[in-house]
Amino acid sequence: MNTLGRILSNDWPRSRLLAVLLLALLGALALAPFLFPGVKALNVAAKILVFIVLAASFDLLLGYTGIVSFAHTMFFGIGAYGVAIASTRMGGGWAALGVGLSLALLLSLVLALAIGLFSLRVRAIFFAMITLAVAAAFQTLASQLSDFTGGEDGLTFKVPAVLSPAFEWAEEPFLGVSLDGRLLCYYLLFVLTVVLLAALLRIVNSPFGRVLQAIRENEFRAEAIGYRVVVYRTTSSVLSALFACVAGAMLALWLRYNGPDTSLSFEVMMDVLLIVVIGGMGTLYGAAIGAVLFVLAQSYLQDLLRLGSDAAAGWPWLAALLSPDRWLLWLGLLFVLSVYYFPTGVVGRLRSPRTRSGPHTPT
Amino acid sequence: MQRDLDWKPLLLVPALAALALPLVGSSSTWLTLTVAGLAMGMIIFIIASGLTLVFGLMDVLNFGHGVFIALGAFVATSVLGGMSDWTASEQLWRNLVAVFSAMLVAMAVAGAVGLAFERCIVRPVYGQHLKQILITMGGMIIGEELIKVIWGPQQIPLPMPQALRGALPLGDASIEKYRLLAVAVGLVVFAALAWTLSRTKIGLLVRAGVQDREMVESLGYRIRRLFVGVFAVGSALAGLGGVMWGLYQQNVVPQMGAQVNVLIFIVIIIGGLGSTGGALIGALLVGLMANYTGFLLPKLALFSNIALMVAILLWRPQGVYPVAQR
Repeated sequence: MNTLGRILSNDWPRSRLLAVLLLALLGALALAPFLFPGVKALNVAAKILVFIVLAASFDLLLGYTGIVSFAHTMFFGIGAYGVAIASTRMGGGWAALGVGLSLALLLSLVLALAIGLFSLRVRAIFFAMITLAVAAAFQTLASQLSDFTGGEDGLTFKVPAVLSPAFEWAEEPFLGVSLDGRLLCYYLLFVLTVVLLAALLRIVNSPFGRVLQAIRENEFRAEAIGYRVVVYRTTSSVLSALFACVAGAMLALWLRYNGPDTSLSFEVMMDVLLIVVIGGMGTLYGAAIGAVLFVLAQSYLQDLLRLGSDAAAGWPWLAALLSPDRWLLWLGLLFVLSVYYFPTGVVGRLRSPRTRSGPHTPT
Repeated sequence: MQRDLDWKPLLLVPALAALALPLVGSSSTWLTLTVAGLAMGMIIFIIASGLTLVFGLMDVLNFGHGVFIALGAFVATSVLGGMSDWTASEQLWRNLVAVFSAMLVAMAVAGAVGLAFERCIVRPVYGQHLKQILITMGGMIIGEELIKVIWGPQQIPLPMPQALRGALPLGDASIEKYRLLAVAVGLVVFAALAWTLSRTKIGLLVRAGVQDREMVESLGYRIRRLFVGVFAVGSALAGLGGVMWGLYQQNVVPQMGAQVNVLIFIVIIIGGLGSTGGALIGALLVGLMANYTGFLLPKLALFSNIALMVAILLWRPQGVYPVAQR
């Protein structure tokens, strides 16, 4: 228990059902290639891993520090583009991955620091608006610099040979699964996710994380006690940007492709917001649970909508509303309803099934 | 609107225009760009004025403001499409009747939807900034998707009425007629707004509420009712701005609200949240900047506005006209 406690930074799930869910999730993800054979299932599992890291890093900002950033996908995109561009230019290899990721991390650091210092200095609400503007500008820039980023088409590139599907490191399939580079790549992502999540748990449960929560609850009092609110908020936004950048690199590594729609688009931002809100703001476990629920819903609910739309073919209005292209509409409704009626998310509910009060939102 | 007029920000607009003259080179191009920038600035001001007042009065930051812009523009496509024999006419007055009726319908629809938006989306989360940002963003997504359901997801052309097309020659420069109309409508709206705010009792209450809400409430006025009115008017103005923006771009897409949202956020930050005069200066600066850089360095147009905002915030961290008590 002691070692586990240290890995979890003594941030226990504090609910038996939640603990069971998390263990089941860990088990399912660890054995996903063997439990759920098939290309689509493995893709879904890998996407879940990436979104767990992305949503957890966003939760550091939204749930723990209480500030909203709309530029989170920008850092996600920087990570993905870093790997993609470096691998295209230098050929697929570990060196390219390393160079791409380090440059991307550096760029994220500088950008996050600049945005944070400029906007958080005055008022936290500026941060939301300025991040929105910067993210929009960055997205336009990324599709305009087409020599560099591949424009709207994006970049398809090679990954290190060990991680590519053509690499087979055992002749015989094991338990019906061929042991190829794809499997290695999945487990690389899995290990990275576990390590990054543990690191984030360490951050939010450190004295630094406590200060962030104090700022979220009462900025004025935190400042009065003697904490430099700007410094803490900026550090938090930089850390969250760096984790998002790594998540982007993971996505690019898995897809062996990156384009504006996969990593930079506003829809991804919306997805992350929804994951964090549904899972539960202010708990990293919430990000994990939310990511699983969301990615599963996204991958399979659209089929359901298509069925509904076909069934409602007699009423054109209903069919238009249920069309799978309008999936974002239902997502938005779900989002608004969960902010109203479900403010602590799944994890908040599991932890305190009776009371409806959760972490205070700052005013 | 202030007793001791703070004149320094007023000089920014001519200063920016003067600075651009040597960079652009030819004076006729400069004149065309400047008029285009002023027209764009006036349209942005119409949209931003409602947002900044809503924020000033109730501390509500409405990320869903953009949806009213798109709504206004799409209503205009329907109205102008239905009045095609009026818009195709060569006579200016018939065109103007068509455009103004489109504007009125768009304002009415946007205002009504604004009332519903305030009631369902904004009211339950008063005083909670974090939730407001999330909820209004969600409202924006829902609104945009509903527009796609009603009008379809594709781009719809919004052709200019016949007599408003083309340009007037002025020396070497040519000035598009529609831009003059945009500047004129913008000035009328600004005059009406300034008159209402400074000369009527409601305007007095709005200004007082922006300065110190609790004091006005303790004097017995229901600021919340006032706020609902301001919200509806702000949405209607966004609808009007949407019609003008759509005609300016000559086509409308459902995502236009989100695109313009970014510009108006920059504008109200430059102007100082809650200040109408500041919003005007911010809008003109952003409009001019967008046109000059669109000509000089097209790829960096959006970044130039962010750079402008950063420069202004370095000079006055609360915007050019900071609103007291905040």
